[in-house]
Amino acid sequence: MSGVYVIAEHDRGATSPATHEAFTAAAALAANLKELVVAVFIGSFDSDFEATCSQYGISEAVILESPLITDYGPEVWGQAVAEMVNLRRPRVVMAVGTDKGNEVLAQASARTETPFIANCIQVEHNETWSMTRTQWGGSLLEDVSVEGDLIFVSYAHHAVEAAASNTQTDLTVQRIEVGIDPSLARTLVRERALQAEGATLSTASVVVSGGRGVGATLLSGKVGCSRAVTNNGWRSHADQVGQTGTRIAPEIYIACGISGAIQHWVGAMASKNILAVNTDPEANMVSKAGYAVIGDLHEVVPAIAEEIRRRREAV
Amino acid sequence: MSEFPKEAQCVVIGAGIVGNCLVSHLSDMGWKDIVLLDKGPLPNPGGSTGHASNFIFPVDHSKEIVDLTLESQRQYEEMGLQNTCGGIEVARTPERMEEFKRRMTSAKCWGIPSSLLTPSEVKEFVPFVSEDVILGGFYTPSVSAVDSLETGTQMRKKAQDAGHLAVFANTEVLDIETSAGRNKPRVTAVVTDKGRIECETVVIACGVWSPRIAEMAGATIPLTPAVHQMADVGPFDVLVETQQELAYPIVRDMDTFCYERQTAGSMEVGSYAHRPILHRVDEIPSNEEAALSPTEMPFTADDFDQQMEEAIELMEFLGDGEIKYAINGLLSLTPDANPVLGPTVEVENLWSAAAVWIKEGPGVGRLMAEWMTHGYPHVTDPHGADITRFYAQQRNVHHIEARAEEHFNKTYGIVHPREQWATRRGVTNGPVRARTDALGAFYFEAGGWERPHWYESNADLVEKYAIEGREHEWDGRWWTPISDAEHLHMRQHAALVDLSAFQIFEVAGPGVVSYIEKMVVNKCDLPVGSSIYTPVLNHSGGFRSDLTILRLASDRFRIITGAFDGGRDEYWFRQNLPGDGTVHFENRTNSICTLGVWGPRAVDLLSELTETDLSQTSFPYGSHQEVLIAGIPTEMFRVSYVGDAGFEVYTPMQHGLALWDAITDAGPPFDLRPVGAAVYGTSGRIEKGYRLMGSELEDEYTPLEAGLARPKVKAADFIGKDAYLEERKEEPCAQLCVLVMEDLTCDAGYERFPMGAGNEPILTADGSRIVDVKGRVSRVTTAGNAPSIGKYLLMAYLPSNLCELDTKLLVMYQNETYPVKVAASGANLALFDQSNERMKA
Amino acid sequence: MRILVCVKRVPAPGSRINVTENGLNVDTAHLGFTTSPHEECALEEAAQLAEQHGGSVSVLTVGPAEAEEQLRYAASVGGNEFTLVLNDTGQDWDPQRTARTITEAIAQLEADSGVFDLILFGNESADAGGYQVGVRVAVALDRPMVNGIKGIEIEDSSLVANREVDGGLEVYSLLTPAVLGVKEGINLPRYPTMKGRLASKKADIQVAQIEALPGPQQLVRLHRPEEKVTETEVLGTGPDAASRVVDLLDELGVL
Repeated sequence: MSGVYVIAEHDRGATSPATHEAFTAAAALAANLKELVVAVFIGSFDSDFEATCSQYGISEAVILESPLITDYGPEVWGQAVAEMVNLRRPRVVMAVGTDKGNEVLAQASARTETPFIANCIQVEHNETWSMTRTQWGGSLLEDVSVEGDLIFVSYAHHAVEAAASNTQTDLTVQRIEVGIDPSLARTLVRERALQAEGATLSTASVVVSGGRGVGATLLSGKVGCSRAVTNNGWRSHADQVGQTGTRIAPEIYIACGISGAIQHWVGAMASKNILAVNTDPEANMVSKAGYAVIGDLHEVVPAIAEEIRRRREAV
Repeated sequence: MSEFPKEAQCVVIGAGIVGNCLVSHLSDMGWKDIVLLDKGPLPNPGGSTGHASNFIFPVDHSKEIVDLTLESQRQYEEMGLQNTCGGIEVARTPERMEEFKRRMTSAKCWGIPSSLLTPSEVKEFVPFVSEDVILGGFYTPSVSAVDSLETGTQMRKKAQDAGHLAVFANTEVLDIETSAGRNKPRVTAVVTDKGRIECETVVIACGVWSPRIAEMAGATIPLTPAVHQMADVGPFDVLVETQQELAYPIVRDMDTFCYERQTAGSMEVGSYAHRPILHRVDEIPSNEEAALSPTEMPFTADDFDQQMEEAIELMEFLGDGEIKYAINGLLSLTPDANPVLGPTVEVENLWSAAAVWIKEGPGVGRLMAEWMTHGYPHVTDPHGADITRFYAQQRNVHHIEARAEEHFNKTYGIVHPREQWATRRGVTNGPVRARTDALGAFYFEAGGWERPHWYESNADLVEKYAIEGREHEWDGRWWTPISDAEHLHMRQHAALVDLSAFQIFEVAGPGVVSYIEKMVVNKCDLPVGSSIYTPVLNHSGGFRSDLTILRLASDRFRIITGAFDGGRDEYWFRQNLPGDGTVHFENRTNSICTLGVWGPRAVDLLSELTETDLSQTSFPYGSHQEVLIAGIPTEMFRVSYVGDAGFEVYTPMQHGLALWDAITDAGPPFDLRPVGAAVYGTSGRIEKGYRLMGSELEDEYTPLEAGLARPKVKAADFIGKDAYLEERKEEPCAQLCVLVMEDLTCDAGYERFPMGAGNEPILTADGSRIVDVKGRVSRVTTAGNAPSIGKYLLMAYLPSNLCELDTKLLVMYQNETYPVKVAASGANLALFDQSNERMKA
Repeated sequence: MRILVCVKRVPAPGSRINVTENGLNVDTAHLGFTTSPHEECALEEAAQLAEQHGGSVSVLTVGPAEAEEQLRYAASVGGNEFTLVLNDTGQDWDPQRTARTITEAIAQLEADSGVFDLILFGNESADAGGYQVGVRVAVALDRPMVNGIKGIEIEDSSLVANREVDGGLEVYSLLTPAVLGVKEGINLPRYPTMKGRLASKKADIQVAQIEALPGPQQLVRLHRPEEKVTETEVLGTGPDAASRVVDLLDELGVL
């Protein structure tokens, strides 16, 4: 049992930004465990993965190959990792806790009857494994202990900031042909489609949200709303930002005239930036936001829209 | 963000409807340095205001509540934040239809247009009501819904714009500091997580959190957080297509204790029918811990199922509506369901403004501001809401919860004016309880004390005096013909009254004479052994109390007041003690037992038990002496509230039982009977036209109007004197009168008996409301039978032009009118033994 | 079509979640309970599929006796049959034990009334968020399983499931019997109607006890992360602030 094997998440060959996080976390964990990092690539690659590895000081990579791995498929990928585990006997298999990272680890751990600890922020091994992981979307932390030689762990997305290492390393690459049950091709991606309608609330880069009485849409962003509005039947549940509504993580969340009832805040707290527009400098949302404009949203919002129009026309 | 202040004149804690309205009115009344704090965010800091249904049904049986509600509606309307949609209460039972007659009476009394509807008329207003489950409706066009959050915001803004107010949300109060004041601790500062504010005055307007904040200062605000369930159900086409927030009148389904209120496309169904669900303050989650807001607690669906079924019965389409939002909303319940307003008992300059509904919020804001500014409010006399009304044994969580649990389901209930509490009984008993129990006493509660109201042992007298029962169940509820029989027996023989519930204070010390003179209207500096019956006034000259004072020694006075008024009176007398320690106040209620003995044979009976000469010549009316009765030390006071000769006899509590036994043992030759408070407090009193605090006497009226002004005003200064002197310059515009009912026969052909509960209007012969030049409505303040003269009497204030004897008027009772005529007015309102010969016999 | 939805009873807290003194549970003393939001959507999806294509919706939960509340809720929004596998230990079982328990429960249900064409899970539970129970069950049953599903359609004899990814959708095509992990946003879950709520009280709930092997993962303690403090930068007052706001938007590259 040796090695920290880190799954490189990629979309048809292009490594995702989350992979950089994974490599960074893997390097730290491996150093801690006095193990080597092995990067795991599944399927075929067009991109310059060697450079990526070397950027993060990774000296060993395995590429899991099979004619069945034509695209992403949770079962095929999971089986590939499981096969690799049987062949290489790693100590840790890890990924970043993205949807797919967690899915592949869940598949592989299920197929090897191994524990999988999702969304960790810290992993240690003394006599047993002990880790801290997030619950409740990050509102709570859980310390867990796990007995066993091999574990699967994912690191909570955004828990680690990607940091390239300065060490230059030579990369050894090994290609492994993994045997995969042909029936598992049943869950390969069949096709891809563009999103039918624009951004959803949860994926928009700008979300403008109003309490009672906000009508303006801005920046072709998405309009969300607080509970007071949905409860009056003005907007649907899916447009509601809050703990039981949609959780949003836009580049900027513009909260107009929202006092900042806590459940609203919870839905919005993953936003990278928050701008509160409120008449009351004491409003809860103002104190929680990174940026604030003090004023009546009915005056401020049109002024912002007008300013955007003016600048766009000037271009 | 403005700097957190280090000092302020006044800190108001709580930015709900009450706190917001209060700061605005304080600002209007000249307070220039106010700070408003709330631990939650604005505009909805998470208290009860934030989830209120915001509708207002103005008709209530209580004058005080109606005054506050109408004043609140006026303010909401003035701000343009009121939507007058009308409201209909519907009845499913005949009892409720009877109650609607009572509501019609109240509506007439307060001048609120209302009407009774048939089921099909209800359906014309609200087409989706199932006619077949209701018997009728009570319609009030002025029912409205308001925007309480916006009202609060504008109220704050007004005070902020005036430069008088600083507001700090998200600021948690951690402590209220006090230092030694004149007679009790006094507030000095409010400590918050943002800093410490030194201040003169603090107001707690924190709704359900008020008890916790008060406790920080060592004060009590007796209320408990309680659940009111509501669910928002919809959408419904019939509502959506109105394109209005409220297109239909609000419906209160009174017999299921539920309401249905349109909110745009959906319907809010709220209930007071579920089991009482009380919480402790510490169980309320913080803003951060709450899934919704702290006072929108998790909905317990099982408790609401029955209400849903009943709501569907009334409005069938509700069954198909989705339950979009449902909460266990918290509100504040006090032991008697009234608000808790005014200065706290325990801490000087610490005020309470809690347990207030949206419908009273702005009115309470103004009332509190007046109270804090002028010493007593003018909006209404908040007698029933005054926080000092509660005694110590009524301020603990055990009592609060027991009573809140009992009255929660009466929120929409039909509560009889004489209705007695079922819980927390027998907590405060006089020393003769074992004897009165043995006599089959039926107890009414008086300020927490158990007071015999009548004695079943006197049932034999009903036949003897040929007392008839009452035909209508409502009139006969909490009533018995035994009381009238006891009354007549007293008039012919002798009666023993358990007066243990009297509230007795003693004030003593070198400064006591000037102190007592300052407190009351009539001269007290009389020889030892004298007594003084006197009004007690507020600064503005209205009644604060009436009570009796005995001069026990040159430097000691005893103050005797009624069971219902002890708390308020004790507060007032303590509050005005001189700061120099020259007067000592002691509440002796729990150490002195009082028994009353009256009737033509009473003096003879007592004379059997003592060596002291009790004759008028050596023991005249109005005097008191130390007397041994059967070897028991007593203070005897020759006085009468019932119109017959006799005494109030005071003895140390430990002798009370022996005194009772001594008197009853001597009783048989004189045919002594125990008689209850129904005689003492109503029938005996009304025959003599004696006034009662809280009924005839209240802040709105003056001693002149009540007929209690003496020919001369004493030289010494006293509270309210300036206003009193001013008042005396003119003839009063209204006077207290006694009216005789000329015919009690109702439309159905039997006799009815008005209650005197305060909501029965006196009308002109053509049926119009009577309002004096000061805007006060004429209404029955006391009603009762006068067995000795065979008449049913009413007391009421009438404009002076209607006070002439024999003026014919009407009284409304249960929505029918009855002819009455003025039988007495002025100082002497007695219709029985007008010259008081019997008392002085 | 026979559909099974697996749901979990979870507390409905605010943003600050308290932990019991022993650190082993969320302090639920004054909290309500709900169904995990993803699962609420799964239930809605199942109800819609059954309404469109015929069939029945079975609902399964593992939890305390009180989880009956979530099954009745399911009954009020379209569920037909209900099974509660009792866990009265006062604590969640580890993910492997939970998966084994559910697998066994499904085996029993299928032995009684036939195979489920579709089994729906939530993508992850709202509380523990282990991201694996559905996958483990699917692997144990050897059925196709895809997580993160935001759209399900039935085409001929197969299921077409969409998954939202950056810049578009991945489309999966699965033959039944299949398992899917559903994500919030797939639909707008209906609220129960009053009639639905009242009818749900009569729903028949089967209670089962299942013994399964635990996994090696153990909860040590729960605790709260340190709170972030933000300093607010006020960009201005009133409409005059517009220019600085747009500067900010420009900096963030969202214009």
